[in-house]
Amino acid sequence: MASGVIRVHELSLCGSIGSIVERHAAGRPVSVIHVQIGQLRQVVPDTLVYCWELVSEGTQLAGSRIDVEAVPARIRCRACDQVAEVGDLPVLVCGECGSTDTEIVSGEEFMITSLELAETSAEGASA
Amino acid sequence: MGRFHRHADGTDHSHDETGGHSHDPGDLSGYQTGTERVEVLERIFGENDKTAAANRDRFAVTGVCAINLMSSPGAGKTTLLRQTLTRLAGRLRTGIIEGDIQTSLDADQLGGFGAPVALINTGNGFGGECHLDAPMVASALPRLPLDDLDLVLIENVGNLVCPAEFDVGEHARAMVYAITEGEDKPLKYPVMFRSCDLVIVNKIDLLPYLDFDTGGFLANLRTVNPAATVLSASARTGEGVDAWCDWVRAQVAARG
Repeated sequence: MASGVIRVHELSLCGSIGSIVERHAAGRPVSVIHVQIGQLRQVVPDTLVYCWELVSEGTQLAGSRIDVEAVPARIRCRACDQVAEVGDLPVLVCGECGSTDTEIVSGEEFMITSLELAETSAEGASA
Repeated sequence: MGRFHRHADGTDHSHDETGGHSHDPGDLSGYQTGTERVEVLERIFGENDKTAAANRDRFAVTGVCAINLMSSPGAGKTTLLRQTLTRLAGRLRTGIIEGDIQTSLDADQLGGFGAPVALINTGNGFGGECHLDAPMVASALPRLPLDDLDLVLIENVGNLVCPAEFDVGEHARAMVYAITEGEDKPLKYPVMFRSCDLVIVNKIDLLPYLDFDTGGFLANLRTVNPAATVLSASARTGEGVDAWCDWVRAQVAARG
């Protein structure tokens, strides 16, 4: 078995977050990274926040933190057009008419919405 | 002005101001404290998905159908693949991409069937990736003679969570579920069960020894994935494997 203790996909996702953030920050210091995570994603917010500390350490983005906005899952029934929030169990069946012909309206988000830049006197050199 | 965004399945759309989304990245409080805010609105899977699309194109131009096979550890993927290679020999030219955190044990088991095997060990400094992603699969493609193949079966890392989140460029997704895992698994791992086109209910040779509630499992599966095809099999005895091979051949035919 591997030597490490952590084996979660949040780690590799932090790698992707890092490259997106670096591109948009263009050398400017970042304080907060705002991330939306849909309820239907199997991305654990606390784990993502923790992994970010590990992954960003020693990089240009060290000291920045991830702020997670959880997005509830909602489905729309194609049979009766009812829109409803999905509960803790991921049941994708219309609660109104029982149809399984539903579409997911929200809850699959996993995106960086915005960055907050840290206050600094330094100019964005690599921009 | 609508809010444009992209969903995990790759579709884009926008909502009007009264639309159903509760999220609003337009919080401007940062400005009030003198900090600058940069709008990003970029999907974190975007990079992976770009590579996945390139993999899919590569499969398409070489006339290869790719199937991503996922399961928890020990559910029977490798045993099923051995049975599959035996049955497909001489009928479909098949290659294997084998993902494992460590060791070539599974890849070794799949040797000797006349199918080329490209092994990806996902181990790295952090203890190993728990899934295959699109760049890893891209790195394996040059090790397979795609021009001479009809089918590539991608055996993902055994895990019910992470592999479901990563498009690797496959055309279809199948998962092996073993009846020893319990009827509640679709509800506990909905992303995996929802992402699959086919669920193989494996180890049915153990039915007499277990209190497995088939109806309960299917009901749970249907709540998260009403559309999936379901097949029963025992990769150990070979029962039901022909039906799985038929499904595989239909996937290949659909792209031929």
